Amino acid sequence: MAQVKVRVHDLAKEFRIAATGDEQTVRALSSVSFNVNEGEFVALTGRSGCGKTTTLRIIMGLDQASSGTVEVDGRLVTRCGNDRGMVFQHAELLPWRTALANVEFGLEVKGVPREKRHEIARRSLELVGLKQSMDRRPDQLSGGMKQRVGLARAMAIDPEVLLMDEPFGALDAQTRESMQMELISLHEKTRKTVIFVTHDLDEAVLLADRIFVFSPHGRIHEVVDINIPRPRTDAVAIRGSAEFQKKQYHIWKTLKAIDDSTRVEVA
Amino acid sequence: MKKLPNAVISLISVVIVVGLWETFGRGVNPIFASYPSAIFAAAEEMAKSGQIFTAFFQSMKGLILGYILSALVGIPLGLLLGRYRWAEHGLGIYVTAGYAAPLVALIPLFMLWFGLGLTVKVAIIFSLALFPITINTWFGVKAVPKTLIEVGTAFVASDVAIMWKIIVPATLPYIMTGLRLAVGRAIIAMVIAEFFTSITGLGGIILTASDNFDTARMFVPVIILMALGIGGTSLVHWFESKVAPWQETIAGGEKK
Repeated sequence: MAQVKVRVHDLAKEFRIAATGDEQTVRALSSVSFNVNEGEFVALTGRSGCGKTTTLRIIMGLDQASSGTVEVDGRLVTRCGNDRGMVFQHAELLPWRTALANVEFGLEVKGVPREKRHEIARRSLELVGLKQSMDRRPDQLSGGMKQRVGLARAMAIDPEVLLMDEPFGALDAQTRESMQMELISLHEKTRKTVIFVTHDLDEAVLLADRIFVFSPHGRIHEVVDINIPRPRTDAVAIRGSAEFQKKQYHIWKTLKAIDDSTRVEVA
Repeated sequence: MKKLPNAVISLISVVIVVGLWETFGRGVNPIFASYPSAIFAAAEEMAKSGQIFTAFFQSMKGLILGYILSALVGIPLGLLLGRYRWAEHGLGIYVTAGYAAPLVALIPLFMLWFGLGLTVKVAIIFSLALFPITINTWFGVKAVPKTLIEVGTAFVASDVAIMWKIIVPATLPYIMTGLRLAVGRAIIAMVIAEFFTSITGLGGIILTASDNFDTARMFVPVIILMALGIGGTSLVHWFESKVAPWQETIAGGEKK
């Protein structure tokens, strides 16, 4: 049976904000627990401000939880590590580096020798379909291409787990769709464990094996299994399938119900 | 319509200004002001005697040494101030104070410490040019997007690697601005130093010429210094386009 790759146990996160004089404690996460199996693709979804990105950042080691633990392959996460590769929301490429040099960044700080680095970075760019543009700087790349470079950079260090923070959120619809298919085929080829944050339900259902639906103040409201067989290479068939539509509608309805129950607070 | 090249715009501007100056300058008492052709004649004479070249090289020596020294100290200092809280709050106040301090008032002290030779010139130039470089670098570091630092953290880069591979390149445009502003400050500092200390170099010529009410002669080094300012600034700009070529393509408040 599948092995547990990432174990998130009872995460809580609070932070203080100074709002008009008196300090307020805001609860960003409350008791978030879940496991992710080896090779599994999970999506964290929910409205903005529900803690899905915070959860991802804690798993990465970029943020610290107030309490609770994260384990990757049984090792406790206390800081960032090369067993996890992060793809940022806005790619966050270094503007002075070419695509190739950006992909090399992680390898460079790891101390991989130059020749080897070039080779790995080139292969990684090839994997995301960007072989021709590797000598361009970010200002010469389109939004989709930048995000491919960001993905290649994370893949280059060959992480155990790929963490993706709404990576396609800023792209136009058409580019987003092609990136989604690209990611599916990448996942097919590499079988990496992926934790993917998105507020786009269509995207979540299309990509994920399981979806964690977050409700306000960082609670996992529901876990939804998506029983669409892999490889999911035929987007037309998947989107037309009853399972896709049923699950998407179900999650949409869940989020709507959460919204309605918290409306008083929002308004 | 075809757009005029930048250099042509500048050239037309210079021709108009020099032309106006020549036309109206002639009517004024030569003690109060001068005009381009008289200044040119004075320059020719000073070039023949070699006096202007000697002065120029005297000045340049101090200028270049002081400027380079201020860059060598100012850039690392600014990086430190921007990166580390203890440095910012422990040393930042002195930098801010030093920038605003009337350093001219301290020149007599500088003379006591460093004498009247090259050393005191370099010290004065250094202490005026240092602050714009330091402060620009400092605020440049503060302006580096947090998310870029996070890229470094996420890929487990060491503090040193984050400094060299992220902060320094991201701060380069600010460092270059500091270096550009420092060109002007260094030139002013040089003239002040020459006024107060050894009365040599271009500053010395300005002082002796104005003491003799020889306004045309006085303008020769002034114009050389102004040209030097333009030259130095363009040199830094050129250098910037070499070391930070991405900057020009992503920045632009300029109306095209």
